[in-house]
Amino acid sequence: MTAPNATSATSPHGVTVRVEACAKTFGHGARALEPITLDVARGETLVFLGPSGCGKTTMLRIIAGLEKPDAGGRVLFNNADVTGVPIEKRNVGMVFQSYALFPNMHVADNIGYGLKVRGASKAERKARVAELVALTGIEGLEHRRIDQLSGGQRQRVALARAVAARPKVLLLDEPLTALDAALRDRLRTELDQLLRRLGITTIYVTHDQAEAMALGDRIVVMRKGAIAQIGSPREIYFTPENRFVAEFIGAANIVEAESRDGCLLLPGGKLALRQGSIDGKATAMIRPETIAVIAPETAMLTGRIDAISFIGDRQRLIVSAASHKPLTVDAANSLQLRSGDRIGLAIPPDAIRILPPERSL
Amino acid sequence: MPNRLVFSAQLLFTLLVAAFLIVPALLSMLAGVTVNYFQGVRSGLTLQWVMQVWSLYADTIARSFVIALATLAVTLIVGVPAAYALHVRGGRLARAVEEIITLPLAIPGLAIALGLLLSYGGFGDFRRSWLFILTGHVVFTLPFMVRSVMAVFSAIDVKTLDESAASLGASPWRRFRNVIVPNAKPGILAGALMVVTLSLGEFNLTWMLATPMTKTLPVGLADSYASMRLEVASAYTLVFFIMIIPLLVAMQLFADSDRKEQP
Repeated sequence: MTAPNATSATSPHGVTVRVEACAKTFGHGARALEPITLDVARGETLVFLGPSGCGKTTMLRIIAGLEKPDAGGRVLFNNADVTGVPIEKRNVGMVFQSYALFPNMHVADNIGYGLKVRGASKAERKARVAELVALTGIEGLEHRRIDQLSGGQRQRVALARAVAARPKVLLLDEPLTALDAALRDRLRTELDQLLRRLGITTIYVTHDQAEAMALGDRIVVMRKGAIAQIGSPREIYFTPENRFVAEFIGAANIVEAESRDGCLLLPGGKLALRQGSIDGKATAMIRPETIAVIAPETAMLTGRIDAISFIGDRQRLIVSAASHKPLTVDAANSLQLRSGDRIGLAIPPDAIRILPPERSL
Repeated sequence: MPNRLVFSAQLLFTLLVAAFLIVPALLSMLAGVTVNYFQGVRSGLTLQWVMQVWSLYADTIARSFVIALATLAVTLIVGVPAAYALHVRGGRLARAVEEIITLPLAIPGLAIALGLLLSYGGFGDFRRSWLFILTGHVVFTLPFMVRSVMAVFSAIDVKTLDESAASLGASPWRRFRNVIVPNAKPGILAGALMVVTLSLGEFNLTWMLATPMTKTLPVGLADSYASMRLEVASAYTLVFFIMIIPLLVAMQLFADSDRKEQP
C-alpha cells in the first residue's frame, strides 16, 4: 500500500474522469440511463442535476463502481479504464445521502477508517484525522458516538471521512438533502469553500437547482436518463437549450407566439426580438427579473396585474392579458402597485431567448 | 376506587395464570427430591434421585451442551453470512431462499427427522454419531438465526453501510468483520439465545434421530419417564432446570448489557 502523500491543498488535483457511452438497464428491463458520454476535468466540480428518477444517482454509482454500465460503456480515470475495477480499488471518496456513518465506531474512527484499511500507521492516521476535524470544524466531537451527532455534524463527518485517504475523485450523492432548509443554506456555502480549498475532482448529485448553481463549475441537467444540457451555471440559466432546462432552472415564462418582422406578436402588444429572428411560430423564454414595469402609455406591451406577492427584496407580479398565459414579473420592491392596475412591460431583446422547436424526449 | 379494583383483579388474574403454569414445574421438581412421591413430602426429602440421574445421564447432559454449542457455531458461521447475502442481494431469488430456509419451522420435527433418516440413514457412522443430531438441529434452528440477523440488517440499512465501507477501500471480508458483524450484534445475540435454547430443548426431531448412545437431555427425560420411577424422572426435570435456567439468564443479561451499551 502506498501511503497517501501530502498534496498542496489549493492546486487542482485528483484525476480526470471520462464516462463513455455508459447506459444502464436494470434487471427488469427498466432503462435508467441512455448512453452517456462526458468528461470531467481535473479539479472540476461537476453537478448532475435533475428531478428524481432522471438517472443522476445511477450515473454517480457507475462512476463510483457500485453499478456496472451496460456492455459497451466505459469509465476512465486519467484515461485508464476502471470499468471492471470494484469500488474498493478505485480510490474514490463518497458521501451518501444518509451519510452511512458506522454506528459501531466513534467520529475519529469513522474518519480514519479509510486510512486504517490502507495500512496507514497510527500516528499518520491521528495527524490526518486531526487535520480534517479542524478543516470541517468539528473539533471536540472526535470521541462522540454517531447517534450523538446532529444532522449537520454528521454531514461534516461524512465529508471528512470521504476525503481522509486523499481520493482521486470525490462523489457526493445529495449530501445536503437530509438537512433542514436553514442549515442546508449554511452548509452549502461551507461545502463550496471546502471543495474549492480541496481542489479535488468532484462529482455532485442533487435535485436542488440552487445547490447546483452555487457549487458547480459545470452542471449536467438530466431528464429521463439522458442529458438535457451541459454548461456553466450561467449558460444553463441564461441560455437554456430547451424548455425542460428553462423551466427546471429558476423561474421562467414560456411564451408561445407568432414571430413576424423581428417582433413577437402577443395579445397585449408586441416584443422586439434580437436581430436574425425567423418568422413563424416561436417558443420564447423570459426570466421574470428581466421584465421591467413601465408606464402603460409608452409601452409596446401592456397587461393587468392579477396578483402581487411581496417577497422582500422584490415583489412578484402575475400579469394577465399581456401574453396568452399569465406572465410572472419580478418588480422592484419600491414600486407602488396594486392588483388590477394596468401596467406596461419592457423586455430587452437580449433577455428573450427563442428556444429550439421541442424534440420529443 | 374502581381503578384499584380493576388493577387488583388484573393482578390476581395474572398471578393465577402464572401459578397455573409454574405449579406443575414446581411440583415436578419437588417430586424429584421426595423419597417416595406416592407418600408425599412426609416421606422426607432426598438428593438420591438427583445423584442417580447425574450418574446415569451425565454424559447425556454433556452431549446436549456440546450439540447446543456446535449448533450455535454452525448457525453463526452459516447463518450470519447467509443473512448478509440474502439482504444485500435482495430480489425474488433471495426471497425464495429465505422461504426455503424458514420451511422447517412449519414442518413437524418428526417429518424432518424422517427425511434425514431416509436420506442419510444409510451412512452408518454418520447415523450413529452425534453429528446426525447436530444436522437436524441446524436445519431446525437456522431460520431463527437468519431471520433475527436479517431483521437488524433491514433496520440499520446495512447495504449502504457496506457500500460506504467499500468506498473507503475495505475488501468484502474486511467490511464483513468491521462493519457488518459489529452492527448486527443485537440480532446475532438474539439469534444465538434462541438457537441455544431451542437446541437444548428440542425433542421431536432429536427423539427420532438419537440412538441409545446419542441421547440428549429431553430424550433422556422421556426415557426416564418411560422406564424409571417417577422420582427419577422428576429429578431429571430438576437437573434440566438447574442446567438451563442459569444459561438463559446469563445470555439474557449479556444481550441486555449490550443493548444498553449502544441504545
